[in-house]
Amino acid sequence: MSILGEKVKKIRSKNAGPFWITVDIFCGSQEVYKDVCLNLNNSKIANLLMINIKDLKRFEIDKLNVIKFSFPRNITQGHIFDRDMHGAQLAILISEMDF
Amino acid sequence: MKSTKVLVPSGVLGLGFDLKALNTGIKNKPDIIAIDGGSTDSGPFSLGSGTSKYSRDAVRSEWKSLMKARNKAKIPLIIGSCGTCGTDSMVDWMEEITIELAKELNQNLKIAKLYCEQKRDYIKINYKNSRITSLNPAPNLNVSLIDEMTHIVALAGAEQIQECLKTGADIILAGRTTDTAIISALPLMNGSDPGASWHGAKIAECGALCSSNPTSGVVLVEFDQIGFTVEAMSENAFCTPDTVAAHMLYENADPYILLEPGGYMDVTNAFYSSINNRKVRVQGANWHTSKKYNVKLEGARVYGYQTSLLVILRENFYVKNAMKWTEKLSSFLKKEIKLRMKLNASDYSLDFRHIGINSTLGDLEKSERIPIEVGVLCIVTSKRNKISTEIAKLINPFLLHFPLTTNEELPTFAFPYSPVHSDRGCVYEFSLNHLLELNNPMDAFQIKVSEV
Repeated sequence: MSILGEKVKKIRSKNAGPFWITVDIFCGSQEVYKDVCLNLNNSKIANLLMINIKDLKRFEIDKLNVIKFSFPRNITQGHIFDRDMHGAQLAILISEMDF
Repeated sequence: MKSTKVLVPSGVLGLGFDLKALNTGIKNKPDIIAIDGGSTDSGPFSLGSGTSKYSRDAVRSEWKSLMKARNKAKIPLIIGSCGTCGTDSMVDWMEEITIELAKELNQNLKIAKLYCEQKRDYIKINYKNSRITSLNPAPNLNVSLIDEMTHIVALAGAEQIQECLKTGADIILAGRTTDTAIISALPLMNGSDPGASWHGAKIAECGALCSSNPTSGVVLVEFDQIGFTVEAMSENAFCTPDTVAAHMLYENADPYILLEPGGYMDVTNAFYSSINNRKVRVQGANWHTSKKYNVKLEGARVYGYQTSLLVILRENFYVKNAMKWTEKLSSFLKKEIKLRMKLNASDYSLDFRHIGINSTLGDLEKSERIPIEVGVLCIVTSKRNKISTEIAKLINPFLLHFPLTTNEELPTFAFPYSPVHSDRGCVYEFSLNHLLELNNPMDAFQIKVSEV
């Protein structure tokens, strides 16, 4: 078993306004894209990020070989219990997941 | 119909741009220079306090280059979301800088200021009249929450910017606007395709982030009745269909839809093609006008006052047991705070972060590698500045010496500086993610024109 980050070209995450986080998985090729679309299911992502699966939005963008996930933050950006205001380090967690 | 060219020097004033690329941009005869001055991206402090995130000197030196470029080209120069948060005070701050520079550069200017800040009473009336609706997710709005907010701004769209353009101003200093409106306003006014005007604006709103070389800053977008063309102005930056299309994903929860005042843009059917190795043509986005004219509201309220302390554990036993140590320390401290300061746990918050273990991801962290050292960041928050400082001072000696076991010599950990506590002052919280319905786009906005 390898990790997702080694399989795809790039994974980034970022806050989308103060209330949302968005994750872009750039697969790099159509072959990898199809594999990731098929085998990376929403419950895996929701469990990893400890979010409600109902809140998770998934976009499969064929033209760019990109899979995108967006979800409302559990803690609003800059709240006293926020640990990563821009949510950009979440990408590491997804990158290090078994795939 | 002639096309409209918008020159975007960078994603935000204060971040820097390539001066040579700016000159190349001016040689391409743009119709307007548009730059963003802020966003909520850095957290609630800027809006809460009504201050700029960027240094005045950085803003001033970049604004000087843009004022010189504008003077050479004799075209309007516009900045949106002045001073990061776009409050009225930040529009005036930007005007002060502009007047200083106008004198220094010997320029006579007509300045239009767009004020976007909202009075609490006005928001309360609209709330009571059900003219405010929540986006998802949104804080629960009520009158007392509105009363607690230090600043509330409405995000201006293309309509309000166009009113500013109609004054014939050389420089437009706008309060909070959508990132895109400062770019789309002129092409829309000149009759360019609405879908393309918003799409091109979205692509260029972060400057050269839509190219191969993000730090070069400058891009030029040319809008017409069918689509738009985007080109990076630095000789070392290239726009390709992939770099351009990828930007539609950036910081956007939905990669196809962009909500704006008065409607939304849909790029589902957009297509991107190379004109040459540095220029991309885009067509196919659609604009949908809504029945209601809504503007987005942003607000921040005081959450409390914060003081932090940092201690570093290097001794292997404490590195391995850092979590256990702070757990024990925390319950000890709560008792001491109760005993000595007569404060209940609900009167303050005591938060420990373990740098080296899981300070970034918290409970989400999966890795269990043992670090060389652990930084324990202790964050105290309470309703009063003085209380937070007092708690921090009470904590100080225990953070330095607290032993994990009873039968050991008193340990002494590493404090990296003196004083050990850092008063962080007032901390804020975003408290609005709502829409305000307007009969007329200018209802919540005000324009003032002056000459220097």
